[in-house]
Amino acid sequence: MNSELDLKPAAVFTSKTRQITLNINGISRGLEVLPYVTLLDALREYLDLTGTKKGCDHGQCGACTVICDDKRILSCLSLAVAKDGAEITTIEGVSTGNDLHPLQQAFIDHDAFQCGYCTPGQICSAIGMLSEGKAKTRADVKELMSGNLCRCGANMSIIDAIMEVKDGGGHE
Amino acid sequence: MNNFDYGAAAELKDAFIQVNENAANAFLAGGTNLIDLLKYNLVKAEKLVDINPLPDYHGIEETSDGKVRLGALLTNADTAYHPLIETNYPLLSRAILAGASAQIRNMATNGGNLLQRTRCYYFYDANVPCNKRNPGSGCSAIPGYNRTMAILGTSEYCIAVFPSDMCVALAALDATVDVSSAEGNRSIAFADFHRLPGNTPHLDNNLQHGELITGITLPKKGFEKNYSYLKLRDRNSYAFALVSVATALDLDGDRIKEARIALGGVAHRPWRVKEAEDLLQNQTATRENFAAAADLILKGAKGFEHNSFKIELAKRAIIRNCMMALHPESQMPGAQPSA
Repeated sequence: MNSELDLKPAAVFTSKTRQITLNINGISRGLEVLPYVTLLDALREYLDLTGTKKGCDHGQCGACTVICDDKRILSCLSLAVAKDGAEITTIEGVSTGNDLHPLQQAFIDHDAFQCGYCTPGQICSAIGMLSEGKAKTRADVKELMSGNLCRCGANMSIIDAIMEVKDGGGHE
Repeated sequence: MNNFDYGAAAELKDAFIQVNENAANAFLAGGTNLIDLLKYNLVKAEKLVDINPLPDYHGIEETSDGKVRLGALLTNADTAYHPLIETNYPLLSRAILAGASAQIRNMATNGGNLLQRTRCYYFYDANVPCNKRNPGSGCSAIPGYNRTMAILGTSEYCIAVFPSDMCVALAALDATVDVSSAEGNRSIAFADFHRLPGNTPHLDNNLQHGELITGITLPKKGFEKNYSYLKLRDRNSYAFALVSVATALDLDGDRIKEARIALGGVAHRPWRVKEAEDLLQNQTATRENFAAAADLILKGAKGFEHNSFKIELAKRAIIRNCMMALHPESQMPGAQPSA
């Protein structure tokens, strides 16, 4: 090991917990977090919203995608303290009562998952992509969904499901 | 991650006071690279100074002399999709959209894009020597698996590449970087912003601690008629470039009035060669002339055990992209080669 990489004793660093408020799925939630807690860990470990998944934890897989202030972002690369006051939608908040979000239903109809681990991130990402309105063609959808990996290989079905919702029921 | 402190800055003056409290304090903007580096313990911060609450630098404005200023805190996505950028600087829009993923482009800021670190795997592996991470320890990439590494401007100390796509377009467009600090303001020409590794590979650029990028200024000339960005990589999307090329042409019929060609993925900074661009001036826009320019751009290129293929790949990419710039409407999503 390089000596420069040995962590200094924690006492050298003097951070304190912060009181923050996150508006998650329409509900205001207060919590106390240290500055280095990511939004992903705040959701999963502090608020028991475990629908959002930790895949790589380094911004490479998209499993942690949530919608923050109307934009799809990676919760693993966001600090919770920096999102104080933000409006956040997670997979737990996309349905309306017992009515699934159209993308949730389309994923079922198209068999767009096997293990399901990437699915919450895929669906939140697709919701964000459709609201951005930049995808015109199937090639655009593939390009703009490339930040969400599926290791089961359900990608074609995922794109089919998204295309169905995007085009209001039609298939390419 | 180490147990760092956090402070939000709503005024520029306060941001400088907070960052100057300690040499290990750092500005936090989009965080897409910094948070990752902190997670790997490659960077340790005493305190992160969150500059997102600053009221300025979140927009795009036209200056009175016809230039366009990109706010440093505007996201890469909002920049790429801004009507003024799509219309007047489509090369920049294309390059930005070839980088990262949609989620990361929604978070990453323009200022931060310039400051991202290399993705050299030996830099990221804290168990092996790396002169960029630990000056004087040696370079593991030179004798290692160096397929993705640089072929131009390397040194015996470092062969890492600078990974940005956006910056390849900014280099081609002759942008300037606007910087503020507690001492005042300065502007840095884009060509002078990033450094070659030399014997100081731990320095990626010429920004000093306590200096903040506040904006990026684009000259009036946007080359909106003939431009192309081509990115070649190991998968079609969401991967760093093996070689990328930004081409901007100002044409009079098939005669080239002005040419700009910048390469990404091949050096420690975006790579431009003035002699090659001068060679194209007043020439016709033909494959043969672009090939001659490509030879000049790649003059002195040096391959290592696993990346010599990049020299020929770069030459072909330059020619292909210059031909694509003649028909920018044919470009594909993700800066892939057009049919």
